[in-house]
Amino acid sequence: MTRFVFIAIAALGTTGTVATAQATVHVQPSQVDGPRPLADQTAKAVVEDYVEAWQTMRTALDQNRIDVLDRDFVGNAKDKLTETIRQQTNAGIHTNYQDRSHNVQIVFYSPEGLSIELTDNVEYEEQVLGKEKVLTAQHVSAHYVVMLSPSETRWKVRIFQAGNE
Amino acid sequence: MRLTRLLLNGILGVCLVAPLSAQGVLTVPRTIVAGSAFSVQTGGSGPGTLYVVGPNQVVKMDIQLGSALEIAAGTLYNAGHYLVFVSGSSENASLDVTPANKPADVSFLARPSRLPVGLRGGITGAVYLFDLYKNLYTAPTPVAFQLSTPAGTVQSRSITTRNGAAWIAMDSSPKVGAAQFVARVGDISATRVIGQVPGDPCGLQMTAKAAGQKVEVETAPVRDCSGNAVPDGTIVTFTEVYNGVQATVDVPLKRGVARVEMPAYPGAMITVASGVVLGNQIRWGR
Repeated sequence: MTRFVFIAIAALGTTGTVATAQATVHVQPSQVDGPRPLADQTAKAVVEDYVEAWQTMRTALDQNRIDVLDRDFVGNAKDKLTETIRQQTNAGIHTNYQDRSHNVQIVFYSPEGLSIELTDNVEYEEQVLGKEKVLTAQHVSAHYVVMLSPSETRWKVRIFQAGNE
Repeated sequence: MRLTRLLLNGILGVCLVAPLSAQGVLTVPRTIVAGSAFSVQTGGSGPGTLYVVGPNQVVKMDIQLGSALEIAAGTLYNAGHYLVFVSGSSENASLDVTPANKPADVSFLARPSRLPVGLRGGITGAVYLFDLYKNLYTAPTPVAFQLSTPAGTVQSRSITTRNGAAWIAMDSSPKVGAAQFVARVGDISATRVIGQVPGDPCGLQMTAKAAGQKVEVETAPVRDCSGNAVPDGTIVTFTEVYNGVQATVDVPLKRGVARVEMPAYPGAMITVASGVVLGNQIRWGR
């Protein structure tokens, strides 16, 4: 599993860039709406877990495996990805989402601490494959709104939605 | 010569693999609203397969190439970015699906479910708006929050969502009882009940009187700082110190007061407390 280093970024509260084996992760200073202070460690963990969730999504949609989603997704996001995997299987396709860069900013921390919302201007390559043949491919730039909830060991993605900025 | 043959074979191979009928223009709207009908125009002729593929939904349809295809309302409903293409063609297009035009569901998390009266900013609520298809409704939308108590006091405020979320903090009222905490957007609302219980005892007072060989100490009716009766069962601690020896008795409130008999040592110091709240102290007469 790719490891990420966000400590300096979070501690200094400044913009930073981290290159990983998979994707470049750029973390904007948090502009948190909410009364609850966001600890640096929490911010770091949220971003790490979110970026790792992309890898999980990549595996799940590439191999049409619902079982791998549990680790990083919950609720609405998990339901929708599960539905997508079933639809891909029925359509005889699988997809490869290779994230290239993330530009992440935490924008909301709920008062009771049960959800954190972030936005991500992400760039990724999308390939649609039928059996082993690439049917089509595209470079995508998208603005994601993501909500994460804490679980026993990590933050899990609850809402995962691309939309207009 | 050999190279020419290879090139010819390659060109022929491509032509065989990629149906000519699939070549041509693919026209899709750049953006649609979740669940709405839309039209896709394809080039070529003959049968083909249309794919709409995104992380949140996949649609596959058999189509007739070269005509406008009407995608029925309710077919594509999950907000997100989609890749649209026709089988056998390298051409593709992007399609963004935005949440429906109005929110259909308010997810309202209020905390805590029970708290003491008179606590400033003690009640918090977080709201998330969703459309009919459980897409996060991200357009800025005013949410009306209202906290009303059985005594008739009402606190109201309106907060506009950002990225589909809004929060608020409100004060618990001075009087005990169940408060209705409502979040409303247009004609949809969600209600949570917040139990408001008495706060810590305030102005704890006791009196002492002789009872045979003992001293009987008794509190006045125990109330919080807003005048609400502290519930029976709340522990009141009496402490007697005499000649450096300390005796402590925990007594639950019964009918609003706590009462106990302690040894009547002349000159003993008796104090009363409940939790972290200290009451008066009495030096028992010689």
